[in-house]
Amino acid sequence: MRIASALRFIALALLVAFLLVPQKFAPVFAPLTQFGAPAIYDQGNLLSLALAHLGTVCVAAAASTVVAVGLGVLVTRPAGREFLPLSRTLVNIGQTFPPVAVLAVTVPLIGFGEKPTLIALFAYGLLPIFENTIVGLQTTPPAVLEAASGMGMSARQRLLSVELPLAMPLILEGIRLSLVINVGTATIGSTVAAKGMGEVIIAGLLSNNTAFVLQGGLVTALMAVLLYEGMVAFERRVCRTVQSE
Amino acid sequence: MIAVENLTKRYGAATVVNDVSMLIESNSITVIVGTSGSGKSTLLRMINRLIEPSAGQVLIEGKDTRAEPAHLLRRRIGYVIQGNGLFPHRTVAENIATVPRLLRWSSARVAARVDELLRVFQLDPGAYAQAFPHQLSGGQQQRVGVARALAAEPAVLLMDEPFGALDPIIRAKAQEDLLDIQRRFGTTIVLVTHDMDEAFLLGDRVAVMSQGRVLQYDRPTALLTRPTDPFVSRMTGLADRAMRLLSLTTAGEVAAPGGSSGPQVPAAASLRDALSEILWSGADSALVVDADGTPRGHLTLAAILAHGRPA
Repeated sequence: MRIASALRFIALALLVAFLLVPQKFAPVFAPLTQFGAPAIYDQGNLLSLALAHLGTVCVAAAASTVVAVGLGVLVTRPAGREFLPLSRTLVNIGQTFPPVAVLAVTVPLIGFGEKPTLIALFAYGLLPIFENTIVGLQTTPPAVLEAASGMGMSARQRLLSVELPLAMPLILEGIRLSLVINVGTATIGSTVAAKGMGEVIIAGLLSNNTAFVLQGGLVTALMAVLLYEGMVAFERRVCRTVQSE
Repeated sequence: MIAVENLTKRYGAATVVNDVSMLIESNSITVIVGTSGSGKSTLLRMINRLIEPSAGQVLIEGKDTRAEPAHLLRRRIGYVIQGNGLFPHRTVAENIATVPRLLRWSSARVAARVDELLRVFQLDPGAYAQAFPHQLSGGQQQRVGVARALAAEPAVLLMDEPFGALDPIIRAKAQEDLLDIQRRFGTTIVLVTHDMDEAFLLGDRVAVMSQGRVLQYDRPTALLTRPTDPFVSRMTGLADRAMRLLSLTTAGEVAAPGGSSGPQVPAAASLRDALSEILWSGADSALVVDADGTPRGHLTLAAILAHGRPA
């Protein structure tokens, strides 16, 4: 446990240090460059790229959460049960349709920039949240549901004060999976001019500069790992008040 | 008074409850007993409209239960189920406060009521109010379930196999507690069970159900001495019906003036227990004493035996 927290701290410190003063790391990356090319990405501010990258992921995840949880609630109500197969198909398409293909389809319609990336990430992130929401809502103990109705809760009160709190650990886990997947996936947004760490990777590929590729990849990976750890810590806090056993 | 009138529930071609009518007296315990699939739980759930009847109606104090939305009706009716259904994410105090909160009681009133109920159910508020259900024993969880159902002082309490998950010793204690609670709050209790012993112990009146119909609805003594259907005799048990009959009368009711050199039995003990004491001691009578130990009279074997056959 202590080693794990130490590693987390080191990862965070490295990431922050690199984003704030990247030039200090130039000696580390210099051996990877050829013909005197710059060792550190110099066509934009790394910190603002990383923040834009995270921002895009978070906005997409927020939208995925709203839609997936809403849909999950809908198809577990008696009135919406028949929409379960249809919703599942739609959400599965969102996951199986490659994000690159989503970009290819949306760019001609809405142009370059953040928007096509947001749409691709939104569709890609729906599935884990949707499925976890459904499992969470469907596994509420029947006796608890019957007691809630028997006490005189309306359907809405039962959902808000019993079903969703009990499903919360699973829903949060779905959001975490979705976030982590999309931190990596968001790099492709740079192919359609969305700001993000993908820009660094692509610049490296175009100029045959391995140092850039590695920087972009490492920053992205560190963000994914730290986001994962942060969400786990948050889930623990929430689940301490939402005792599920 | 709860009036059940021609209540019927059909699922497709199957009739689960078939034209049941019965009057349930206020301030009493009515037990509905039957084998699984007899429709007893369905009947109970139609009283608080967790299940809507296909035909017939239920009147509580003369008022049709369909006169208000079902969830508002249920806030006035306590409900206890097997396995309790306590909310695992809420503390004991929050669980008990469920219905008062739905009724928007002031927080001071809610707190006072929760505190009172915890004491009534022998749960120290300091130790248990902030505990979560999974930290309690099965017996404690069951008590919290009943406390939660009684929190908003309902006039009617419905119980569906409330003691089914408890081991025999804790169950006996829970049954005693329920009798105390009923006397203390004067609640009208309707309890469903498949356990005939439980029905005889708790029920002022017992309804025997089979295949969706109430075969007989009467005082326990009458079920034993004047069964109207062979199934009722089978349910009450032919072999030990004399002993069951003895268990329905207390020693205090039969004690006659006089002393005895035999064993002492409490006035609240059943004739069945008194008989057992006398047989065990080899005497032919027992001394009946009150709770504080003062002699009330004596109880002879002959007097006991006279109560073991139909009048």
